[in-house]
Amino acid sequence: MLISWVLVSLLLFSLGIYGVLTRRSAVGLLISVELMLNAAALNLVVFNRFLFASRMDGQILTIFVIALAAAEVLIGMAILVMLFRRKKSVDVTQLSQLKH
Amino acid sequence: MGILSLLIFIPFFTAMGVVFAPSPKSVRWVSLIGTGIHLILTFFVTIEYFNLASADSQLAIQQLSTKLYMVEKFDWFKSFGIQYYLGVDGISMSMVVLTSIIIFTGVLASWNVENRSKEFFALLLVLVTGVFGVFLSFDLFLFFMFYEVAVLPMYLLIGIWGTGPKEYSAMKLTLMLMVGSALLLVGILALFHASGLHTFDLIQLANVKFPKDFQNWVFPTIFIGFGILGALYPFHTWSPDGHASAPTAVSMLHAGVLMKLGGYGALRIAVYLLPEGAKEWGLFFMGLTTINILYGSLGAIKQKDLKYFTAYSSVSHCGMVLFGVATLNLMGFKGAVLQMFSHGIMTGLFFGLIGMVYGRTHTRIIPEMGGLVKVMPWLGVAFYIGGLASLGLPSLSGFVAESQIFMGGFFGNQWHSVTAMRVLTVLSTMSIVVTAVYVLRGLGTVFLGPIQDKHHEELTDATFTEKLTTGILIFTMFVVGIYPRVLVDMIEPAIYPILNRLNM
Amino acid sequence: MHMILNSPWIIPALPLLSFIIVGLFIRPLSPKIAAVVATLSVGCSFLLSLTLAWLFFTGPNPSQLSIPWSFEWLRFQPGLNIQMGFLLDPISAMMLVVVTSVSFLVHLYSMGYMHDDPGYGRFFTYLNLFTFSMLGLVISPNIFQMYVFWELVGVSSFLLIGFYYEKPSAVAASKKAFIVTRFADLGFLVGILLLGFLGYQVQQKLGSSDSLIAGLQSLDFQFLTHPTVLSELSNTGFLAIALVLIYIGAAGKSAMFPLHIWLPDAMEGPTPVSALIHAATMVVAGVYLVARMFPAFSTAPSALEVVSWIGLFTSAFAAIIACTQDDIKRVLAFSTLSQLGYMMFSLGVANLEHPLGYTASMFHLFTHAFFKALLFLGAGAVIHAVHTNDVWDMGGLRKKMPITHATFLIAVLAIAGVWPLAGFFSKDEILTAALEGGHYVHFIGGLAVAGLTAFYMARIYFLTFWGKGRTKATDHAHEAPFVMLLPLLILSVLSISAGWIPFAQYIHPLVQSAQEHSGHHGLNWTVVLSGSSMAAIGLLMSWFLYAQNDFNRVNNWISNFQGLYQVIKKKFYFDEIYLFITHKIIFRLIAGPIAWFDRHAVDGSVNLTGDAVQKSSSIITLIQTGQLQTYGVWFVLGTAVTLIFFWMTLL
Repeated sequence: MLISWVLVSLLLFSLGIYGVLTRRSAVGLLISVELMLNAAALNLVVFNRFLFASRMDGQILTIFVIALAAAEVLIGMAILVMLFRRKKSVDVTQLSQLKH
Repeated sequence: MGILSLLIFIPFFTAMGVVFAPSPKSVRWVSLIGTGIHLILTFFVTIEYFNLASADSQLAIQQLSTKLYMVEKFDWFKSFGIQYYLGVDGISMSMVVLTSIIIFTGVLASWNVENRSKEFFALLLVLVTGVFGVFLSFDLFLFFMFYEVAVLPMYLLIGIWGTGPKEYSAMKLTLMLMVGSALLLVGILALFHASGLHTFDLIQLANVKFPKDFQNWVFPTIFIGFGILGALYPFHTWSPDGHASAPTAVSMLHAGVLMKLGGYGALRIAVYLLPEGAKEWGLFFMGLTTINILYGSLGAIKQKDLKYFTAYSSVSHCGMVLFGVATLNLMGFKGAVLQMFSHGIMTGLFFGLIGMVYGRTHTRIIPEMGGLVKVMPWLGVAFYIGGLASLGLPSLSGFVAESQIFMGGFFGNQWHSVTAMRVLTVLSTMSIVVTAVYVLRGLGTVFLGPIQDKHHEELTDATFTEKLTTGILIFTMFVVGIYPRVLVDMIEPAIYPILNRLNM
Repeated sequence: MHMILNSPWIIPALPLLSFIIVGLFIRPLSPKIAAVVATLSVGCSFLLSLTLAWLFFTGPNPSQLSIPWSFEWLRFQPGLNIQMGFLLDPISAMMLVVVTSVSFLVHLYSMGYMHDDPGYGRFFTYLNLFTFSMLGLVISPNIFQMYVFWELVGVSSFLLIGFYYEKPSAVAASKKAFIVTRFADLGFLVGILLLGFLGYQVQQKLGSSDSLIAGLQSLDFQFLTHPTVLSELSNTGFLAIALVLIYIGAAGKSAMFPLHIWLPDAMEGPTPVSALIHAATMVVAGVYLVARMFPAFSTAPSALEVVSWIGLFTSAFAAIIACTQDDIKRVLAFSTLSQLGYMMFSLGVANLEHPLGYTASMFHLFTHAFFKALLFLGAGAVIHAVHTNDVWDMGGLRKKMPITHATFLIAVLAIAGVWPLAGFFSKDEILTAALEGGHYVHFIGGLAVAGLTAFYMARIYFLTFWGKGRTKATDHAHEAPFVMLLPLLILSVLSISAGWIPFAQYIHPLVQSAQEHSGHHGLNWTVVLSGSSMAAIGLLMSWFLYAQNDFNRVNNWISNFQGLYQVIKKKFYFDEIYLFITHKIIFRLIAGPIAWFDRHAVDGSVNLTGDAVQKSSSIITLIQTGQLQTYGVWFVLGTAVTLIFFWMTLL
């Protein structure tokens, strides 16, 4: 049974990566990042359940991940709003000021 | 905190004080007071040093390892064999005196810096902290750390407060010096590993007899590493550009003190720790430095910009320092240290004066000036005194140093062909004529004759701070020139251990 | 009285003290007081020198060398330390008197001559500095101290030649003087290095056996002129080379051919300076140095040959040029060159067995100082009156300046060698030395130069003082003030009487082996007659050509030898040759390319390294697109590759 759960999480993670690499909208990027985070969280829970059922570490860590994701979205969205105010767009391909 | 730590960190504390100073005007006063205290402290430490050292000065002739005074020593990173190890011997003492004088006058010479004066003075003082650290630390790691602290602020100082193509010059200077540091680091780590003692302690390393072929490659690595900072040919080209772009006080410090780190390190680390390598490579470096001496002075003849002029003259004089080190005998070493001191004061004076003249005429191009001594007699006379010191006039410090170096070169040593050394020495002595030519031509054009530019007729002579700055430096040159024993008595006992290790 | 014997350092210390105090404190306040203080200090040291010389020559050991005072100045290495000090022996005592007396008189004279100059106070400061340096040179007990003060007199000479610093020609002349003598000092320095090295080895060798030598340092004159040391030194085979090198230094200072070019130009300085530095004192330093090292030169005859031939050549060469010059001070400058050559060749024809030439040289140095200073000061008085240096613009000053005229005449006769004036005796002794030593070429050359000297000196005398005034300036000429005339009068008394001093009794080379020298040389009548007749011929020729009001005879003569005359008048084009060498060859062909090479080749390679790094990095930066997602792709690919790599290794 473990393997099917891991496959689901792999699928989620790959979707996330695909999104991060291809979406032009910054919001899309954030959502994709969330997908990846959730894949990781799912992994934590699953491995905890199937390998160390007597312990709670995985669940605790997952709650941390969720909290972290919430914080991250908060900051990310704030940056996005600021960016939008300046650039009138959230297209990441246009954000290349850091180029040499 | 021991007295030597105090000597190192007073500039640092002053820099902190500068950062928290309430107004730009108070910045310079804080710096002046800090460096003034330092100067006074240095004076007392010198007296204390003489008190301690005079008893042993006869013993020194036999000594194999350097005798340090006022030592502060405790473990810093024990697992790496790194210590916080400070001490002072004759060579360091003379260099500390030099640095203390230069930074004090350097602060005076920057009295009129308005642009970001807080950062300027803070960086200047941090730099000097590094310099004092280098001169006083006897742990190679600590030495290297302070060395980097001394070299790096230069980039900002030139890049921000400089003139002309300042970014280019700053970049070139920093990069070339970094190459030197890299070589140095390689050398130091090699010494650390080859000794097998698991220590960076210089005095302990000096008792190790490193294998000959190890010395043969580490010696040139370290010597060139320091040589880059000491303007060794052909690694000297950062110096003209760097000096030309740097602001007055930075030029003073850089030519006056920082370039001395090169000569100091070459003597203290390269020759002292690696005597066999020195015997192998001595003649080669003597040849290179002979080129330095002649080439620098001939190059100076053709310069039009006063700063380039002085920078090339520095290349020539710093060549003499390394020449003295490469002779590997008592007079050469003594002359090298004397020359470091003398050249430090002399270039300090030169660059200070150039800054003052430039502040008035707004040009540094020699042919655009003329007859200035009539409107600024003090500056003119001071410039001439500096010029005469640089051409080695007796009664000024340069002569004492150069005569020792030439005598050392001519006496030769037992490891190299004495004839070759003599030929090189005679070639180097020719620089005294060439120096006379460019100094008299250059200064004659700027200061003598009729006034070239009508606007220059209304210029004013030195202000009180400027008179104080130049006065201190000139006074020092005369003291050393007229009674050289103040320095010779200090330096000589510290030379013997280096010499005895060579003769071992 | 004996205070001065115990602490003779007061003699040079007085002018030094005055230099510092006057230069720093008094001069800015009042130039007048500055001049008085400066003059008084030199006057005091003159009186003290006189006392010292008197005590020394009348004392128990007038031919002993002693060092009454010294201190350790600089350590090279044990056995090669420099003891600054005060060396007292016959020639230093004599030189002390010469230097302080002429200097004092020149100070006095300058109070009148420089009266209206804006640099009045500065002038006296420099004069003090010079006097101090010259005294330090004279009393040097070792060759290194001599070099130290040698340079200091050089720099004071530089300052004084360039005294009128707004005048480009004066600035150029001062630079030239300094650089040419500096070039010569290079020889001196290398000579010292060589001598120091050789001496040090001898010192190490002999020091253990000879306690006297063990107490000396290798650069002390006492050591370098010690007979045992000298025989050891000449065994090394390098002694002659070292001495020739040192002689180069001496030749530079004493303006021997071919380093003579600076002296005529040095006349750009104020006239009292020319009298003091470039006639009486500094330029004889070279002669003095050779005399100091005389026992060494005597041990190396080849070096002595060089000294004598260059001396003779310079003497004749300068005398010939002097006949064609129109600037009164330049004529005197060439005459100085010629007389210095005389002193040099006189030293060259002597040796320790026959030291007459040595004595004669010192004697001539002594008398020459007075009459040449007198000539210069007289010329100064004339220039002061007519404001020109060109003798063709003068004339007829005999009646307008009677005292100057009389003193000038005395000096001309003295330098021409007319009995019973000072020059007669010293020149006579030099010629005797040449004749008796068997140096016939030198004797004949010396005679010819004596004739020429009489001719050209009389020439400027006649052109200046006789005939009619040739320009307006001469109409308004008037006698100089008393303060200028007093030194002229004193010097003319000295020019008359100095020859009667029984010089040979006191001054001869000191040899440790204490051999006695014959005290007095009788007059050699061959020399007296030939010398006097040469002087008479010269004077008469000059009278015949120049004492008349029209100069047709001269002009006819000159037009017959136009080409030769021009060559001589242009001083054989030596200035042009040197200018060519320095500017065209050294500056343009050596210094220029070096400056270029440094900028473009050495620094170019540094920049090339920088550029290469920059170029390659700009290629690498193409990877950096600024697109977050491109980086993401690289990241994912990298992770994938790493994972695959690990997976494979695990397998």
